[in-house]
Amino acid sequence: MLTRRTFIEGTAATAAISTLGRQAQADDPISVGAIYDLSGPLQGFGDNQWRCAELAIDQINEAGGLLGRQLEVKLYDAQSDMQFYNQFANQLALRDRVAVVQGGLTSSSREVIRPILHRLDTLYVYNTNYEGGVCDRNFFATGATPGIYVDLLLQAAADRWGKRVYVLAADYNYGQISAQWIRKAAQSLGGEVVGEEFFPLDVNQFGATISRIQAAEPDVVLNVFVGPAHEAFYGQWASAGMNQRIPMMSTTFGGTSEIVRMPPEVVNGIMVIGSYYESLDNAFNQAWLPEFRRRYGTDYGYLTDVPIKDWYGWTLWAEAVRQAGTTDRDAVIEALETGISVDGPGGPVSVDPATHHCFMDTHLAEARDGEFKILQRYQGVAPTNPAAQCDLQARPDTNTMFTPDI
Amino acid sequence: MDHALVVGLHLLHAMASLALISVGLAVIFGMLRVINFAHGEFLMVGGYAFVLSAGAGLNLWIAMLVVAPAAVGALGFLVERFVIRHLHGDIIATILATWGLSLFLIGLAATVLGYHQQGVAPPFGTVQFSSYSIGIYTFFVILVAIVTVVSLFVWLRWSRSGLLARGAMQNPGLAATLGADTKRLRTAMFVLGSALSGLAGAVLAPLAGVLPEIGATYVVKAFITVISGGATALTGTTLAAALFGFTSQAAAFLSRPVVGEVALLVVAIVLLRLLPTGITGRYFRKAL
Repeated sequence: MLTRRTFIEGTAATAAISTLGRQAQADDPISVGAIYDLSGPLQGFGDNQWRCAELAIDQINEAGGLLGRQLEVKLYDAQSDMQFYNQFANQLALRDRVAVVQGGLTSSSREVIRPILHRLDTLYVYNTNYEGGVCDRNFFATGATPGIYVDLLLQAAADRWGKRVYVLAADYNYGQISAQWIRKAAQSLGGEVVGEEFFPLDVNQFGATISRIQAAEPDVVLNVFVGPAHEAFYGQWASAGMNQRIPMMSTTFGGTSEIVRMPPEVVNGIMVIGSYYESLDNAFNQAWLPEFRRRYGTDYGYLTDVPIKDWYGWTLWAEAVRQAGTTDRDAVIEALETGISVDGPGGPVSVDPATHHCFMDTHLAEARDGEFKILQRYQGVAPTNPAAQCDLQARPDTNTMFTPDI
Repeated sequence: MDHALVVGLHLLHAMASLALISVGLAVIFGMLRVINFAHGEFLMVGGYAFVLSAGAGLNLWIAMLVVAPAAVGALGFLVERFVIRHLHGDIIATILATWGLSLFLIGLAATVLGYHQQGVAPPFGTVQFSSYSIGIYTFFVILVAIVTVVSLFVWLRWSRSGLLARGAMQNPGLAATLGADTKRLRTAMFVLGSALSGLAGAVLAPLAGVLPEIGATYVVKAFITVISGGATALTGTTLAAALFGFTSQAAAFLSRPVVGEVALLVVAIVLLRLLPTGITGRYFRKAL
């Protein structure tokens, strides 16, 4: 029963607790949010994304934390399901009140999270290669966009084999937009797209396509395959002996450890491009990779572009918090917009203030006996931003997604 | 001319793959009437059994044609003995149980076997028709499909045990009164269907790769094929596989791969509208 006395006692106790809480705040951990696909069809990506993120967070904490406080990560498994992305993004912003949210893999997951976090004033860092074009002050992307990759790949193809290219791509926005970039890049090189095919994500029969490629006889085939069904292409391509006849390039191959899963005689020679491969011999990677293996064993597959960017995303954000001296969103955004830079296993990465995307080293590589052999390094490659569409310094209120204007 | 030949071979290959994917389900769903939502995962387990045993140094053909069917057959035995048998006749419970089994097997494969098991390259070389080349393994897939379907047919049609199996499926009550052990026959048929799925998973593995989620690419097509086949499971499934494989691949040749996928579904819908009981609901009713 609630008498006046117990009410007063209760209130006094509550007040005492809340003063205690306020006093403890200076040493409280900083809550940060992570959403990754740790189960379901995308687990093959999500596991390593989270490992890289966890390594970055642990390294920050082991070095004494940020502003004298430890990071406490609220990790959610979105189970490859967009509905959970929605739910967890709301929870992280409203209930957990985190300083930053990082994660997501597919473009659809990003477009579920991004508007929610934008509306709820919670900073979002997205660490995956994607089709490009997002222009939003509350959003930072450490991944590469296909505009950069296809230019460099087609140039490399032109130097080696020729300019007639046959394009195979996944049939959704990433594949479609990549194909637009490829057409544009081929045009500006004076080359030609001699064939272009799009595949729904569950197609795994490529007989018709392979014989059409045989008829077209292109100089090179460039693929933007996504997902387990499309992996079937490589076996069928090799079975028809085509891997000995027409060179193959890809902007996506390697992202889910295909290099350890698929037999060398099938995938040897596939040319890829990316900001990170385990075989990079820079000093940072020589120390970083053994540390990763010490923690996670050797059973994780093979790291490339996609998971590694989650390490960069967390490390960049931490650097910005140190520079800003606070975890306050606006101050951190301003710190990131100073063109902040961190060194990492794939070389230095720095933020482009205009687009909130990143400058990064990019490497041309070739699949060779279960490893990627580095062929060439392009230093500090700038994010694509045709005609300066996105300029968040001049127009900070922009909140759109630009598609290539071709 | 060469082009026509290559197109023809690809059409045959599409029909053969579809028949292989579906034949295990034809036994389990078509004959036993067990709606096995984990069918795709049975294929996946067959694929893993193949690449793991081949990776461990076992002879490629033993791994593919013996180990994979045996492993999935054993899995089928356990599943029938401990799950399916107890839900006999309860369709909803069977759907839920096999769906759960499907999720369980995907999760198990993802955590225990992982994403990093090295696959097996398609064996054999290629044959060349002017500017076209085609893998000899394509012929092998066609051959395996034909041998599987024909031997299943011969067994059901002319052997005493095949007759018993058919009888027990068609009229379990009557078969039981005549002294047939229908329970054991159901188990045996389930194991047979599982083993055939394991074989299909292994044979297709070099061309399709092996991943925990690979089952999802098979299960829908297999069900559409068996359902469209109709009452006499084996003949129906073979005819439906030929029809759908032909249509989807022909459409993919004439147009684009996405049209091929659409064509398969359109043909299935039209077919089931015209023949609601499947192909063998009207034609070939005396077949198997």
